[in-house]
Amino acid sequence: MLRIGIDIGSTTVKVVVLDEQNQLLFRSYERHYSKTRERTCQTLQGLRGLLGGQQVQLIITGSAGLGVAKAAGLDFVQEVYATAAAVRALIPDTDAVIELGGEDAKIIFFGSTLEERMNGSCAGGTGAFIDQMATLLNVTADELDELALKHEKIYPIASRCGVFAKSDIQPILNQGGRKEDVAASIFQAVVDQTVAGLTQGRELTGKIVFLGGPLHFLQGLRERFVETLQLDAEHAVFPQDGDCFAAIGAALCTGEQTAQPFETLLDLLEHAASTAQAVDVMPPLFTSQAEYDAFAHRHSAMTVPLVDLSAYRGDAYLGIDAGSTTTKVVLIDGEGDILHSFYHSNQGNPVSIVLPQLKEIYRLCGDRVRIQGAAVTGYGEDLIKNAFSCDLGLVETMAHLKAAQHFNPEVDFIIDIGGQDMKCFKIRHGAVDSILLNEACSSGCGSFIETFAKALGRSIGDFSKMGLLAQHPVDLGSRCTVFMNSSVKQAQKDGASVEDISAGLSISIVKNAIYKVIRAADADDLGQHIVVQGGTFLNDAVLRSFELELGREVTRPTIAGMMGAYGAALAAKDAGLHGSSLLSQEALEHFTHEAKPATCKLCTNHCSLTVNRFDGGRRFLSGNRCSRPLGQEKVEIPDLMKFKYDYLRTLEGKGSGDGSRGKIGLPFGLNMYENLPFWFTLLTQLNFEVVLSPLSTRSLYIKGQRTIPSDTVCYPAKLLHGHVMALLEEGIDTIFYPCMSYNFDEHLSDNHYNCPVVAYYPDLLGVNIPALSKIRYLHPNLGLHRPRDFEKKGAAFLAETFGIPKRESVRAIRAAYAAYDGFRALVRDKGAEYIQWARDHDRKILVVAGRPYHMDPEINHGINDLITSFGFVLLTEDAVFHHMDHQPRRVLNQWTYHARMYNAARYVCTQPDMAFIQLVSFGCGVDAITTDELRSILEEGGDLYTQLKIDDISNLGAVKIRIRSLIAALDAREKKGGV
Amino acid sequence: MAKLEYDSTGRLLFTEEMRREYTILIPQMLPVHFGFFAKLLERTGYKVAILNNDSRAVVDAGLKYVHNDACYPALLVIGQMIDAVQNSGYDPHKVALLITQTGGGCRASNYIHMLRKALEKAGLDYIPVLSLSFGMEKNPGFHWSVGLIRRLIYGMMYGDLIMNVANQVRPYEVNAGDTTARVEFWTSELLNRFGQGQGMSRKQMRRILDEICQDFKAIPVAGDPKVRVGVVGEIYIKFSSLGNNHLEQFLLDEGAEPVVPGLTDFLIFKIYNRISDVEMFGGSLGKYALCKFFMGYVQKCQLDMIASLKRAGFRAPGTFEELHAFVGGYLNDGCKMGEGWLLTAEMLELIHSGTPNIVCAQPFGCLPNHIVGKGMIRVLKDDFPDSNIVAIDYDPGATKINQENRIKLMLANAKELAESAKQAEQTAPETAQERTPVPV
Repeated sequence: MLRIGIDIGSTTVKVVVLDEQNQLLFRSYERHYSKTRERTCQTLQGLRGLLGGQQVQLIITGSAGLGVAKAAGLDFVQEVYATAAAVRALIPDTDAVIELGGEDAKIIFFGSTLEERMNGSCAGGTGAFIDQMATLLNVTADELDELALKHEKIYPIASRCGVFAKSDIQPILNQGGRKEDVAASIFQAVVDQTVAGLTQGRELTGKIVFLGGPLHFLQGLRERFVETLQLDAEHAVFPQDGDCFAAIGAALCTGEQTAQPFETLLDLLEHAASTAQAVDVMPPLFTSQAEYDAFAHRHSAMTVPLVDLSAYRGDAYLGIDAGSTTTKVVLIDGEGDILHSFYHSNQGNPVSIVLPQLKEIYRLCGDRVRIQGAAVTGYGEDLIKNAFSCDLGLVETMAHLKAAQHFNPEVDFIIDIGGQDMKCFKIRHGAVDSILLNEACSSGCGSFIETFAKALGRSIGDFSKMGLLAQHPVDLGSRCTVFMNSSVKQAQKDGASVEDISAGLSISIVKNAIYKVIRAADADDLGQHIVVQGGTFLNDAVLRSFELELGREVTRPTIAGMMGAYGAALAAKDAGLHGSSLLSQEALEHFTHEAKPATCKLCTNHCSLTVNRFDGGRRFLSGNRCSRPLGQEKVEIPDLMKFKYDYLRTLEGKGSGDGSRGKIGLPFGLNMYENLPFWFTLLTQLNFEVVLSPLSTRSLYIKGQRTIPSDTVCYPAKLLHGHVMALLEEGIDTIFYPCMSYNFDEHLSDNHYNCPVVAYYPDLLGVNIPALSKIRYLHPNLGLHRPRDFEKKGAAFLAETFGIPKRESVRAIRAAYAAYDGFRALVRDKGAEYIQWARDHDRKILVVAGRPYHMDPEINHGINDLITSFGFVLLTEDAVFHHMDHQPRRVLNQWTYHARMYNAARYVCTQPDMAFIQLVSFGCGVDAITTDELRSILEEGGDLYTQLKIDDISNLGAVKIRIRSLIAALDAREKKGGV
Repeated sequence: MAKLEYDSTGRLLFTEEMRREYTILIPQMLPVHFGFFAKLLERTGYKVAILNNDSRAVVDAGLKYVHNDACYPALLVIGQMIDAVQNSGYDPHKVALLITQTGGGCRASNYIHMLRKALEKAGLDYIPVLSLSFGMEKNPGFHWSVGLIRRLIYGMMYGDLIMNVANQVRPYEVNAGDTTARVEFWTSELLNRFGQGQGMSRKQMRRILDEICQDFKAIPVAGDPKVRVGVVGEIYIKFSSLGNNHLEQFLLDEGAEPVVPGLTDFLIFKIYNRISDVEMFGGSLGKYALCKFFMGYVQKCQLDMIASLKRAGFRAPGTFEELHAFVGGYLNDGCKMGEGWLLTAEMLELIHSGTPNIVCAQPFGCLPNHIVGKGMIRVLKDDFPDSNIVAIDYDPGATKINQENRIKLMLANAKELAESAKQAEQTAPETAQERTPVPV
């Protein structure tokens, strides 16, 4: 009897037919564009010749298959289960399976116990992710694959989710990184994601079978996996029908199922009711065409006059916005009217877009028009400015403000939604008052609709128009793209139309902006005169949702997508230049550009550099965080993070003791950054030799990556796995890392906890790193918050564990408390010294608030160097918080580190030459509390709040924009208020 | 509207006048338990309503008024309260809100502040918020009395017992709906009896617990034993069907028998933490003694409940002591934030009592669960190869289809496991290797 297996995944349908000997008689692999049941029926209809009139068994599997199976009353089997069945039957000596699908990633371990894992809800590195990345590079998935095979270098790209990866990739491209290298890096990110997210402590060894569409079709991806896992041909198996294994497995799972005529089964599928209409819907955007026409008419009035360039004579000013996905160029006359404009998708390299455009502009200008100034803004600002020798560069927030004020001088709120990012700023008295940028995690921006449109096989223009008159927009929630994918999947399953999904996506983007980025409760939180801009707002559905959600009419300039470039042009006009340094028409004729990747070896940051070479030996370096690779000595501006870090790293060895009790390893992470002076003194006084784990690096992280059980925990915690592995490799046989529910009590808060992760990570390491059970791993619960009690409890622990006499322990404990106090005093004194230095040298001071471990260069990615490179003196919160006393807060103030930040923020408000930045690790749950509270402390105190979110991501592009925006805002305030 | 009074920190107080005039709104978590709690509070002189609004508007209100990085339970609970105040016809000037504040280093202790911020944002900052906690915030119009606490403990026992027997009977009932009908009967019956002052002594409680067991025993049942699936997790997501997308119902529909450990252990755990804190780090001996007494009392009540279940032939949960013993060698008493070691202990208890199939439900990004939930699954799998645990994240954007697909994988394995166990019935059950206890 023949068996049919059907695997309906998130993007494709796979159908197989097996005969009695498990021979494959038929197989297919097709995209379904969300028409799951229809596509399946079509394929089956084509099988009438093979199966017509026969009794067959049929079973469905796959993430989108459940709904179809239910509706048709057919049997269903879970797809990972089915895959395992197929592998057991066809490749019985397999040790592990890695399967990547459209939106799922799975690992199956065979051997003594079967273990199956699927990616959690926050995990993008799958087929859909690869498609998204290909879209970003403007290539097909196959072309991406070809590119990857020609790579020379791998860039670190965040492997957790697509959104993160995008914000890593974009700057590399914009700074001239090679597409080949980016392509391979994307695949490497998928590999890291799979290994980090799914192995969870079990080793991937032996014979590994690779399955699923992406691994079947993409050679470059295969290459990355084989290389990373160090497999030879014998142990890396790519079966011929690897893309259809789940379907084959399903067919193998038919078991005792009663056979039915093929026609009957086909009939069931064809006549299955479309699944239940249980979709959450919202009111339509427009109820009638007339309503839409009135809306369109109102907005068409906000425009800039266009002047015919071919007839114009006189001066002109050029503005370029090298944005994340598109490049915009605007040429204006002395009145601000537009002579010429240009808008083009980047396709990776902005230089190759701008070059022909400049030539074109020179041609159109002839000798009638003289370009008197050229300004550039956007992600690619530095590269374009250097490539074409523009007169000035300005941070994009300022460019947008300039343009918005041109349309509405009274503007008090600007929201710009571009391809990759969302920027909102409040304007007070004509200057930027506060800036909100979307976090890497919530970037449901423009390119996201585009990717969806493509996935559904439509152009972006058509797709968004479809939503305008949709009757029942689907409620898709307002989380990140990865979640949105599954929301759309569910809506499709529930029978929502493409029109309703299009409208739903527009509404989601708006809700995301209002409730997550701006976090406004109503329209008055934003302002009276709202200007909306950015390419995404050219989409009328998005604009309409925004007005509906706020209940207020807003201004959308007809050049909403060009505002950055327009603002830059206005800035060039207002700069009072006489003659531009822009490359001349002749110079452009022999313009050349070549980009080469390199790694800076001048310090431990090991920045990934891109060396851009232009004609005539001109050179531009990007990716650097300091001026050293430029051949200049680094300017030594006081940096307390660096000071503390360097100081703590010296705390190893025997100290004042003789080391006779042997070596003890301390993993240098999380609260060890705070408590090391205590433990170092305690242990060395007791004649132990302290061995610190090495400096954190990405390769250290990779070392421990596969033992991380929860992929959504913060990066500082994840790094600990690497630190412990490194100590084990060094042959240390005693590791000490205590659990601490409580932190030191500094009497500035209602309680003095550590966060759950800091408190208990030692416990987690103990059971997730198998090698720790073979050595002496000490992770007692200790409480340093009660010094008197700790003398007893600590001494008891030391007596029990090492047989150390009580008197000796108590003496060492007292010395340890003194050393800790000494360290705190050192930081305070150093802080005071740096403040004095800043005032003597007329420098502004930036207080960087975060956790002690944020001083780790691998965690902060050299943000401290970046900050001092802008001329700020850098202090940390623990050097200033003691100036303020305990004050009630509107949140539960019960974590020691939080209390420090609150007080530091209050202190900054009293100091005119200080500004405040908060570092937040992605996934830090407790910072959901501190961020809002710190913002309100600072805003009530008349200061600006800036937050930098950091993860294993290492590109500082977005961070740079924030810091520059902060500087611009500080300058503007200074001019206004004379602070 | 009552006069608004504030304490020295500017916190709006719940006054005596409000006690008389205002209705206290409480978010739903466990319908049976919370029904009892409401009635008991009413008998003490408060007006109380449990909120059951669960439309999409709840999530929307949460998204609008709560920081988007806050955990999902905060978003739901606060969303539910704000939605109720705005859309359920209550006079906003005549309501107060009650929210739990567990204390400890988990961010859940901050829900109350997030709620206050949300009220402010919504222009409802005249609504007083009550903290249900171990004395973290005090209000002139709300007092704990020993009597009330004792009665609430009884209420919890009745709730846990009914949940236990209902979960064991429902999957096998011959007439669909029988079990739910008996649950509803007992809920109102007990409320009546409370109203008449019955069931509020340990002696009476023991008798009524037996009575309930017998009644559920009488429901006609049939069929082979089904695959049992344990549900553990963050307390709200574990219990609340709004939080876990009706997980219990899904398991029932898939032909499984849900096993949900009760609320009592969580309360004992929270009291025990205060005791172990003093033992580990030092602290007030007075509080220590008081907590020991309190804990002993709840434990005795728990023993009554367990005894009743056993007498009637139901499967009974382990005692707190037993749970505590299971977790030795995995986590120690220090690990107490959120659900702490209790969550791991519940998984171990389920595994040891023949329910190795477990859904560990948590809000996306739950901090304690990184350690005690997801962080322990690896070692449990090593020690108990048959354990079959799936961790599911809940979030406003997470879709049911993805969650259900992962649960279905766990169920497919569970069924296979049950088959192979049946075939190998003769072989002795595998026991885990003894683990060396963690030093300290």
